[in-house]
This record gives sequence, C-alpha cells and structure tokens, in this order.
Amino acid sequence: MANELILLDTWVSPFGMRVRIALREKGIKFEYKEEDLTNKSDLLLKMNPIHKKIPVLIHNGKPVRESGIIVQYVDEVWHDKAPLLPSEPYPRAQARFWADFVDKKVFDAGRKVWVTKGEEQKSLMEEFIGHLKTLEAELGDEPYFGGEKMGYVDVTMVPIYSWFHAYEVSGNFSFESHCPKLVAWAKRCMQHDSVSKALPDPEKVYEYVLQLRKRLGIE
Amino acid sequence: MAKEIKLLGTWASPFSHRIELALKLKGLQFHYLEEDLSNKSQLLLQSNPVHRKIPVLIHNGNPISESLVIMEYIDETWQHQNPLLPKDPYARAVARFWAKFIDEKVINDVLWTAFKAYNDKGKEQEDAIEEFSQQLKFLEGELKGKEYFGGERFGFVDIAAFFILQFLTVLQEVKEAELMTEEKYPVLFEWMEKLQGNEVVAGCLPPREKHVAYVRARRAAAEEAASKTKAA
Repeated sequence: MANELILLDTWVSPFGMRVRIALREKGIKFEYKEEDLTNKSDLLLKMNPIHKKIPVLIHNGKPVRESGIIVQYVDEVWHDKAPLLPSEPYPRAQARFWADFVDKKVFDAGRKVWVTKGEEQKSLMEEFIGHLKTLEAELGDEPYFGGEKMGYVDVTMVPIYSWFHAYEVSGNFSFESHCPKLVAWAKRCMQHDSVSKALPDPEKVYEYVLQLRKRLGIE
Repeated sequence: MAKEIKLLGTWASPFSHRIELALKLKGLQFHYLEEDLSNKSQLLLQSNPVHRKIPVLIHNGNPISESLVIMEYIDETWQHQNPLLPKDPYARAVARFWAKFIDEKVINDVLWTAFKAYNDKGKEQEDAIEEFSQQLKFLEGELKGKEYFGGERFGFVDIAAFFILQFLTVLQEVKEAELMTEEKYPVLFEWMEKLQGNEVVAGCLPPREKHVAYVRARRAAAEEAASKTKAA
C-alpha cells in the first residue's frame, strides 16, 4: 500500500515545524500544503472539524491531529528509522513530561507575549525566560535532551528558536545572556538538515509578528 | 512489594482518581499517600519540583508526574493486564487526541472559566456554559454508537473522561446550574451509568455527599473572598 502523506501547515507555526522535523529526520516523503488561516481550506475543515487548526497530518486519507500526537504517531509507525522517543518506559515518561512542559509553560508564555504590551508583556517575557532556564537546567551537560542524539523533547522545543530573534528585538535583550547553554543547544540542532530546513528565516518571523500585532490592534 | 509503587494524590481530585483506577485495573498493589495541598509534603516537593502538583506516581523511587503521562507509563510498564491504549498507532493517536481534548477543552478552557465565575451569574458565566456545552457535544459525538470510548472495553479515554464528568455532576449540584443533564447528553449519561455500575471504577470515586460538601465549602470560601475584594 502506497504511503500517502499530506501535511496541512503554515510556514511560521512552531507546531507544524515539529512535524516537518520528525518526518525529515526519518527520511519520510510527504506533500506540504500551506494553509491560509484567514481562509481555511475545505480539506482542513474536514480533517480537523473540532479545532480547525494546523498541523494536520493526513496519512492515507486519515487525519492525525495535534503536533505532539502527530510526532508520536510518526515515531510509532516508522519506529525503525531515527527513533525519537526512548525505548524504556521511564525515560519515555520523562520525555513526555518535558514535552508537556514545553507546551504548557514555554510555548504558552511565549505566545501570550505577542498579544500583550507594556508591563503585562514584560512580566510574561520574564516568565518565558524563567521557563527556558528550567529547561536549560534539565538539559545539563548533554548535547541534546534526547542524550547523544536529538529526541522527542528536542523536536518539540527547537522550533521556538526561529522566534528568538523576534523576542530579542521586541524585548531588547539577548537570550545568550540568560540561557547560553540553551542557545548553544539550539544552534547544535540547527546543524541538522531536518531542523534548518523546517525553521524559517528569523527576520521573516519578526516581520510576521509585527503584522500580527498590527492586525490585533496591539501596536 | 507495595512499597515499590506509591501514589501521591488527594481524595477529591479527578486526576488522582485516574491513576488509582489505572493501577487497580492492572491489578497492582500500591501505597496511597493523601497530600494536604495547603501543606505539601517534602516527598511531593522533591518528586515534582517543577509543578508541585498531584498526582505523582513513584515507582521504585522514580517519580512520574502529569496524569496522562503517568497513565501511559503504567500502560507501558505493565503491558499485559488490561491494556489501556490500543495497539494500532492510528487508534492510539485518536485516543491521545480525545484525552488531550478533555484536559484542554473540557477542563482548562471552559470548566475552570465556569468554575471561576462562581458568583457571576451574568453573561460571562452564560458564555462559558455555552462554550462548555459545545465541547461536551463533541465528546458525545465521539462516543455515539460505541460501548465505550475505547470500543468494546473501556480504556484510556474513558478513564480520562469519567472522573472529570463525575466531578461536573457534583459541581452542577453545588452551583445549581445546568452543566450536564441527561436530556442534553443521553449518550454520555448512559456511559456514565455503565461505569458507575463497574465495581472497580465506582471504588475509585469519593463518597458523593462528602464531595458535594467539600465543593460547596470551597464555593462559599470563594464567595467570601470575592466579596471582601469588592468591599476593599
């Protein structure tokens, strides 16, 4: 049976990037479809009627939704190529815990920064950096969260690196001064084709953020 | 043997009950430790320094946090008895989707909003309840035509959903608001009755009256705090 894979996504979405990285790490071919979220395609609405969000991975006509769930699905179906989750239950639980932390704390605070301003934004930026420091402590001296190789947590977290420049310019600070090890880790990940191909140009992300804030009437 | 598995939980937490049930379904002996959340134990703070929340499972000294992460750990470690997740990767992805839906949409986005709007009987609460009812309809749609969310046997999603929805009926009684009625959600109600009739599942529920009294007391405390803030 031919493996038909279609990924509904947007170039700037860190959630979509996770899926692209996972697929490319495993050398899996897929068709990429850029969605216009202001004018969602019939296909997206049909494949994700509940959330109407990207990314959605359509595998032989069946939709898989939610980036973390998609990455786990890809890891299970193509388990023999570049495994992302560890094989033992306890390290797997740890990986899932930290991926959940990335979603609930890091990405959530990071997202809120863009829809606020003034003191509120400043405090959210501080919260965001706080979470990055927690992650940095977890990384320790390992090259990757996955140990010697990139794993589930690396794939979950690294997309936000493409947004770092936007945060730095907006907040007038540098991540390097707060969490140098994490920045080093991100650059290490960027040496992988799967990552450098998935992450967009940080300048373009910054332009996108400015447009977004204009559209929302914040700036 | 019992010392090998410890569960840090609280008697009223639906998240705690998920783990209790998962462990019982696997036929596991465990040591349950009731936490006082106003005075967290050293063990809890050491075992979950990041979130400092229950439930926490400690297996052979190794702590695991976040109820859905713990459930997957239990399922993977004790694979052979009563599997919670299906074997097929696609079916697993669907189960994970619905468990996440319950935690994010039913609980976080909406229930806490309605819960917080304890005293605002106004538009904010109405909107929250409307949004909430949409999410419940989605959930019911997923269950329709099936014995359980897990199919023939109950599994991961059933466990994730049951205690939350049970808690809703308690909240409904306390708030005297229509959050979840049989008329609106007949499929969900039938499923809940089925699970309530299961001895192992029912054994993980807190005593009803105690639970209602507890939520009522919390509501009264919240009302008092809110009125003090308004007065100040």
